[in-house]
Formats: sequence, structure tokens, C-alpha cells
Amino acid sequence: MSSAIAAVPLWLIVLVKSAIVLLVVITTFAYSMLFERKIMAWMQLRPGPNRTGPWGMMQPAADAAKMMFKEDLTPDTADPLIYRLAPFISLICAMGTFAIIPFTGSSDGPWSVGNVDAGILFLFAIGSIGVYGISLAGWASGSKFPLLGSVRATAQMISYELSMTMSVIGVLILAGSTSLSTIVSAQHRMWFIVPQIVGFVIYIITAVAETNRAPFDLVEAETELVGGFHTEYSGLRFGLFFIAEYLNMITVSCIATLLFLGGWNPLFGPSGNPFIGLAWFIVKAAFFLFFYIWLRTTLPRLRYDRLMDFGWKVLLPVATFNLILTAVAVAFGGGPQ
Amino acid sequence: MSDDRDHRKNLFNVGALFMGFFTTFQYFFQKKPTIEYPTIKKQHAPRFHGLHELRRYADGKERCIGCELCSIACPANAITVIGAENTPTDRHSPGERYAGRYEIDELRCIFCGLCEEACPTDAIVLTPRFEMADYRRGAFVYAKDRLLVPPEAGVGSAPDERPNGIPSDLGSVAEEKSTVDIATGYNATHRGTILKDQRKGLAG
Repeated sequence: MSSAIAAVPLWLIVLVKSAIVLLVVITTFAYSMLFERKIMAWMQLRPGPNRTGPWGMMQPAADAAKMMFKEDLTPDTADPLIYRLAPFISLICAMGTFAIIPFTGSSDGPWSVGNVDAGILFLFAIGSIGVYGISLAGWASGSKFPLLGSVRATAQMISYELSMTMSVIGVLILAGSTSLSTIVSAQHRMWFIVPQIVGFVIYIITAVAETNRAPFDLVEAETELVGGFHTEYSGLRFGLFFIAEYLNMITVSCIATLLFLGGWNPLFGPSGNPFIGLAWFIVKAAFFLFFYIWLRTTLPRLRYDRLMDFGWKVLLPVATFNLILTAVAVAFGGGPQ
Repeated sequence: MSDDRDHRKNLFNVGALFMGFFTTFQYFFQKKPTIEYPTIKKQHAPRFHGLHELRRYADGKERCIGCELCSIACPANAITVIGAENTPTDRHSPGERYAGRYEIDELRCIFCGLCEEACPTDAIVLTPRFEMADYRRGAFVYAKDRLLVPPEAGVGSAPDERPNGIPSDLGSVAEEKSTVDIATGYNATHRGTILKDQRKGLAG
């Protein structure tokens, strides 16, 4: 059996793995959209989508079909090439992160498409490139609201990326590694949420800002900017931004699970079985998704100057202080666990 | 600067933050007040004013005697009645006259029920039926074929005799095909021709 697998060329294995992961992730996206609409509806005392199949289960399919048949408009003032390219930048970057996220692990190693040693750096790098999708979309649309949206996006991403990275470095110091699977196995005894509670809170806040979700969705800000960077987009291209946004949401949920909630380490019960680990991973990531939706229904959007104020004057100092404290504790407390 | 300090104070009001989260979480489990309309119909008030109905006597004769009092009482000018004489061979109502044409423009109607009050024979009543939606304007002009209770459906009931809630025959009369040619639209109805003549008069 194992010799048969060894005979299969690596590229084929990677291809099959990628296909499976993308299939699962896109399905997750579709249903996280429904999940969001349902939970938001319930929190707003509405029943939510329920006309398409039981509990509206066919809603994602109906939405996708609608998107596909919509007219794909390009404004006269737009820069056609960049305008058409931008959604793909967003989507490819959002999908790219799933190449290295380990979903569970067995004794043979983590279950992921690629096991990169500098995994967390790769994730942040790809995430940062994803900002280009939004910035270029707004710039290339050739109208004022998208431009304002993309300017906000750029400023917001840069501001919050700093605090986000700072909050994560504490975990890297504790684990002594940038490999995601090593970080997870370092949380075998204690999840990093316990020693890094400050980092965790900062990560959660900045992750919301990074994914342009409410209450930090100034990039889209319907009430002020119509639709922000995607005002001019319609049909499938708009759909791509939509997919990218939700995939980013899933990505940051996965990262939060891996870095702070012990990845596939169980809270109780047996460990070691990769399928039980996978279930734990999904439960934890789903909790974060739920939290994001909960956040969206609860909090109103921040004002732009206060967003900047909060990012630079509150989150960054606290994150830096937390990082220094962690570094000192590890240096004098006997190195990484 | 004071503005800055104020918002900092609110920013760190973590208690309020958790209160907000708690509130939305409570709502998550609450019973939803939505009535899922096409499948579940709301109980209406006992004397809800809906679509009109022309009633009959127990022997099958029309109650309407074509007196046009409803038309006169109507504040929205929605009712058109053209009376006709009963003959011994062609008897529609017990009196001398009956409604030869009876049209109600449901788009003009304000469902006030004054026609009901004006009627000396309790012929026109407002039923609780309210599902009248259509794509064509002409379809909202209800003529006698749709207003009159079909003979097999009984005689119709006065508002005082109606039980609460949704009657089981909701919309059964409205489903009948209209003799007014709704395809040609509003102009085909009696009211339409009157309005056309009036417009001509104004133009001339």
C-alpha cells in the first residue's frame, strides 16, 4: 500500500490534494455564507433564508446561479486589464493560503497540501498580497467611491497588519518555530491562548480588520461608499471578491485555531486519531466563524479616524508590550517549551 | 481633544461590549415573530375589509336591485352599477330591477365599507379575502362574474355571521375567470370607456 503511494509522482499527489482541499474549502465558503445569513437572521429575530430547500440549504447554489447569469459590466473609465485582473488577485491569494494550512495531523505528519517550514510567514505574505486585489480593484474602477474604498483598505490593512504580526510573534517565540504543525504540537499540553491571552484578543480584533468584516468593514461601508472597492463590479467578478472575503474569513479562523486554540489537539477525550483531530479543528474554526458573524450583528461600524486611532494608539502598543513581555519571560524562563 | 477622550472612555467600556454580545445571543434563541405568509396565514380581525362579494337569497336570486346607492356612497368612485329591468321570463332579483353590470375597480377601492352600509338589501359585503395580486391592471376591475357568489357556493354571509380567522373558501371566487377581457386591459371595462370618453371631452 505504502509502496504504491510512493510510486505516484509528487505533482500528482499535490494536485489531488489541492483539488480536494479547494473543493472542501469552496463548499465551506458556500455554506458559511448561508451560515452567516441564518445566524444574522436569528439574531435579528428573522427566520432567514428558508425558501430554497429545507432550511434554505440550496441557497448557495441559487446565489451562484444568479451571479453567473448577471451581466459583467466594465465602466468606460475603468482600466480594463487591471479591473479584470483584480478579483483574481484577491481570490488566488485567498485560496493560496489553504495550500499550507494543516487541517489535522497524524504520526506521519500534518495533513496539508504542502508543509512549509516558514508556514506562518507564508500565510502573512500571501495575505498581504491579497490587499493588492482590493486596492487595484478600487483604483482601476475609475470612479470615486471605489477609490475611497481602496485607499481605506490600503491604510487599514497596513495599520492592522503590524499589530497582527506583533500579536502572533509571541506565539512563535513560545513555540520556537514558524512551522504551523510544530506550533500545534507545541500546544500539546497547554493551548497558547492561556499564556498569550493578550495576543489572542489582539489577533481576533486585527483579523476582523484584515478581512474587512464588520465592525471594521470601512472598505465596503455601504452607507458611505455604496459598496466600496466593489461598487463597479457585477456578476461573477463581484462573486470572486465575495468568495475571497469569505475564504479570508475562514483562513483567519483557521490561523486563530492553529496558533491559539491548539489546532487539532482535543480539549478532552482521545488524541492521536487524525479524524478526531480534524473534527476538533473544524469545531474550533467554526466557533471563530460564528464569532465573526456574532460580531457583525452586534457592533456598529467604527468611524474611520477612530479605526486608525485604535489601531495605532491602542493595539500596536499593547501588542508590542505583550511581545516584549513574552520575549523576556521566555529568555529568563528557560527557552521555548 | 475632549472628543478624543470621550471616545476612549467608550472604547474601553468592555462591560457594554459584553452586554451587546449577550443581547444578540439572547435574540438568537428567541422565538421569531415572522409569519411565513404563503404557507401560514395570519388570523385577521373578525370584520376585516377585503374583496367584495355580491350575495344571493336562499332561492338563488341576486340580492342586488341595481339601485346604485353603493356607487353614490363610494368615496373613491370605484363602483359602477348599471341597472336593468327584471322581466317575468328573465328574473334576476326579487325587485323590479337588478344590476345589469356591476363593476368594482379594486385599485381605486379604499376598502372603507361604505358600500356595505349604503346597501338597502345587504347585497354587497366585504369578505376577508385579500389575495388579489395580478400583473395586469385590467384584472383588478371585478365584474359581476367574479363578485357574485357562484350558485354552488351558497348565498354568501353577512359580516356579522362570519367567524374569525381565515375562511376556508379564501380566494375561491376570485379564481374564477373574468368575462371582462383582461388581456385588452383596462380600456375594455366599462369604467375604462367612461374615462376614455371623459379624456376625449377634455381634449376636445
